[in-house]
Amino acid sequence: MVDDILSAYPEKARKMRAKHIVVKDEGCTTCAIKSNSKTIPGVMTARGCAYAGSKGVVFGPVKDMIHISHGPVGCGYYSWSTRRNLAAGERGVDNFVPFQFTSDFTENDIVYGGDKKLETLIREIKELFPKVKGISIQSECPVGLIGDDIESVARKMSKELDMPIVPVRCEGFRGISQSLGHHIANDAIRDHMIGKKERADVGPYDVALIGDYNIGGDAWATKTILEEMGLTVTNIWTGDGTAEMLQTAHQTKLNLIHCYRSMNYICKHLEEEYGTPWMEFNFFGPTKIEESVLQIAERFDEKIMKKAKAVIAKYKPQMEKVIEQYRPRLEGKKVMLYVGGLRPRHIIGAYEDLGMEVIGTGYEFAHKDDYDRTIPEMGNATVIYDDVTAYEFEEFVKRLKPDLIGSGIKEKYVFEKMAVPFRQMHSWDYSGPYHGYDGFPIFARDMDMAINSPTWALSQAPWKKSAKEV
Amino acid sequence: MSVDTTCCNNSCDNQAISEWIKSEEYKEKNFSREALTINPSKACQPLGAMLCALGIEGCLPFVHGSQGCAAYFRNNLSRHLREPVPTVSDSMTEDAAVFGGQANMIDGLKNAHALYHPAMMAVFTTCMAEVIGDDLKAFITNARNQGAIPEDFPIAFAHTPSFVGSHITGWDNMFKGLLQSLADPRHGKWTNGRLYLVPGFDAYPANLREYRRLVDAMGIPVTILPDASEPMDAPHTGEYELYPGGTPMAELADALNASGFVFMQKYSTQNSFKFVKNVQKINTEVVTMPIGIKNTDNFLMALTEMTGKAVPAELERERGRAVDAATDAHQYIHGRRFALFGDPDLLIGLVGFLLEMGGMPVHIVCTNGNAKFKKEMDALLASSPFGSEGKVYIGKDLWHLHSLLMTEPVDMLIGDSHGKYLAKDAGIPLARVGFPLTDRVNLHRSPIVGYQGAINLISLIANTFIEELDRTCSDERFELLR
Repeated sequence: MVDDILSAYPEKARKMRAKHIVVKDEGCTTCAIKSNSKTIPGVMTARGCAYAGSKGVVFGPVKDMIHISHGPVGCGYYSWSTRRNLAAGERGVDNFVPFQFTSDFTENDIVYGGDKKLETLIREIKELFPKVKGISIQSECPVGLIGDDIESVARKMSKELDMPIVPVRCEGFRGISQSLGHHIANDAIRDHMIGKKERADVGPYDVALIGDYNIGGDAWATKTILEEMGLTVTNIWTGDGTAEMLQTAHQTKLNLIHCYRSMNYICKHLEEEYGTPWMEFNFFGPTKIEESVLQIAERFDEKIMKKAKAVIAKYKPQMEKVIEQYRPRLEGKKVMLYVGGLRPRHIIGAYEDLGMEVIGTGYEFAHKDDYDRTIPEMGNATVIYDDVTAYEFEEFVKRLKPDLIGSGIKEKYVFEKMAVPFRQMHSWDYSGPYHGYDGFPIFARDMDMAINSPTWALSQAPWKKSAKEV
Repeated sequence: MSVDTTCCNNSCDNQAISEWIKSEEYKEKNFSREALTINPSKACQPLGAMLCALGIEGCLPFVHGSQGCAAYFRNNLSRHLREPVPTVSDSMTEDAAVFGGQANMIDGLKNAHALYHPAMMAVFTTCMAEVIGDDLKAFITNARNQGAIPEDFPIAFAHTPSFVGSHITGWDNMFKGLLQSLADPRHGKWTNGRLYLVPGFDAYPANLREYRRLVDAMGIPVTILPDASEPMDAPHTGEYELYPGGTPMAELADALNASGFVFMQKYSTQNSFKFVKNVQKINTEVVTMPIGIKNTDNFLMALTEMTGKAVPAELERERGRAVDAATDAHQYIHGRRFALFGDPDLLIGLVGFLLEMGGMPVHIVCTNGNAKFKKEMDALLASSPFGSEGKVYIGKDLWHLHSLLMTEPVDMLIGDSHGKYLAKDAGIPLARVGFPLTDRVNLHRSPIVGYQGAINLISLIANTFIEELDRTCSDERFELLR
């Protein structure tokens, strides 16, 4: 099947793409799949850019900082409120998440450079938004190409205004996907934010929640469980986060990371520099939640373990009821996934809880370590595709005929036109949360709604059908 | 309420700042900023170029530059249309930044041609390719010479730097690029007898269909160029079509032999208009976007003038129904104060419509408007007593509008979905008109142009006010009759 699909490519492109697709077979625990390499030109890729990784993913959700899209208007405009990381606070006072701040480059700025303008607009930000707790400068492509010195502007203005001003070299042409943007943003947080403040009220159960983007309230659903376990979530990084949470990140006892791809860099740094341990966890679906809750509790004492078990016991009947309700309608249904940082593997357990089977999965911008974590999760004969092109994805779907596809907005309407049920798994299709015990009933309902919608049966006009039968 | 700004440092509370942000003093500060842009109501050129390119049958839009841009354009258009938006990019990265993007383009054209079997491609740039100075024309020629695409494979191209103008400039540049690259030269005085209707940047597929219906009703052979109504709103049949309709290539090739061109928007077609009228010397009209009764009347009369065809009785009856709707509903709109934001052509149309309904446009914010637009809008406002309070702000953004709404309140905001935060802060309803409409379904599937569009707008605005009243009135004022 794979060879047949790839035969449509010109030879050079075919050879390159062949390395990015594997079918898992017996005994293949870490099948060789190539990842984290350049997208071939001229295909429809779902991938974004470094700016999208830095501003859209890592910095954007830090709510009391202002993130300047530095360069032409487009990047800021397109990433304006288009990731659903909810944030509590007063808009325009101490919450700037639904805003887009840009230096709106014109030809003049390209010719003469944008440093002066950047200085002025940073002063204007402080004047208009006195409670702002920091500023990040997210460079767009032209800033790097014309050689602007945003680092020196940031240093000068940081001193003048006495707050962190973070230059982030996340120009879109750097690297091959969002992934480099995550790394660059993590490095900027390391260099400019971490360890710059101290909290007085440090406790033995302080944990940080890293790489939970609070899509539709995920971080809040996660926090509920952790707090019921007796832990104190002092720092959330990437959804409903604050500058101070980044600055005091070195004081927590354990870092809990949900999206490994986007935020592992900072966990590793905190471990090396401050000795803070970190662990991955997975709050999609009751089975994985239970596993993770116990693993997290093991890092603490008997008191926490006891509470952790109580949490599991408390929610078990509720979750069983959800499964009882939806499993009969979803049992045996086949799913194909293609998403970003964590979901192609993290969410599998939630589908399995509902009796569903994932028959294909892949990442937009994963590295080898992501696939090493994913492949053992998969059953035999699963197709695994890295940076799949729109053409390949459509061909896989035509041949494998999944009952549900979970991917992004660019893919959604293609498959829905083919009458294949679909859920956007970057944005939860404007629903959510999907994490935690609060999220699972919503997840189950949404998957059922997609698969069992009577609208799919309307695809074909009845007179067409009868014409065929006659 | 006046607040001492010296208080507004980190120590004062949110409440004080929140009040201060609503003040006259804050507005002054806000309007005196020189370098900072906050929530601008404009996107960048390539997004417009992409929408333009989607309107040609079998055309694959091709972004020359970083793949992230293509992803952003596709996402944003898909969110508004709830449709697939096929577009490829040639994924330029660091090495292309250093050595130029030619190698990417040649590989890209080859792969896209082999994989997606387009009838043509429309190539346009991002800011990256523009800053390094890539030469599209030369690259495409070299791609042909190297056999990446067949010698005669049609490609249109346009330079669309994101740091010049906005999405409407990009639409204009791509449109001109389509004509320059792929339209055959004009055959002297001979014409093909067809009127070419150019919609401009219009993300309502229903508007394009409405234009076709109106011109058909006039009995005029018409080509809508480009016609993205099918690509923006393809039927669900259980099968996915990569290229669901659009203007046939042959009609694009024959464009310069048109009996006439009518441009439905002025500001999103400025260069193309000049090219068609002044360079190609074609019988050309530009009309105000036909939003409301009078603008639709003017559009139909322009058609009569260009073609000699009379407005048929059928459209006259339709007009009568729209006028009936206007008089029936006038009491809900008359004297109400409005703030508006959006693209220049849309705003000219909407303000004309409000004035004829007795509505009062008060704040008109146009981030991508130019001085010519301001002059035209000022004259429009001056033409009606209902325009007396209207003020036009070009180059201003939605945070400026926030200050205006706080200091000089209005009854309703009209604009795209981004306006919902402003409307909430100001405690007024938002009538969603424009692009993008990302938080309501199907609005783009009803026309806002023509007489039918007038009825739709009247219903939208009047019913929004009435629903607001039902939601907020006290129990004893909750009545069956409204």
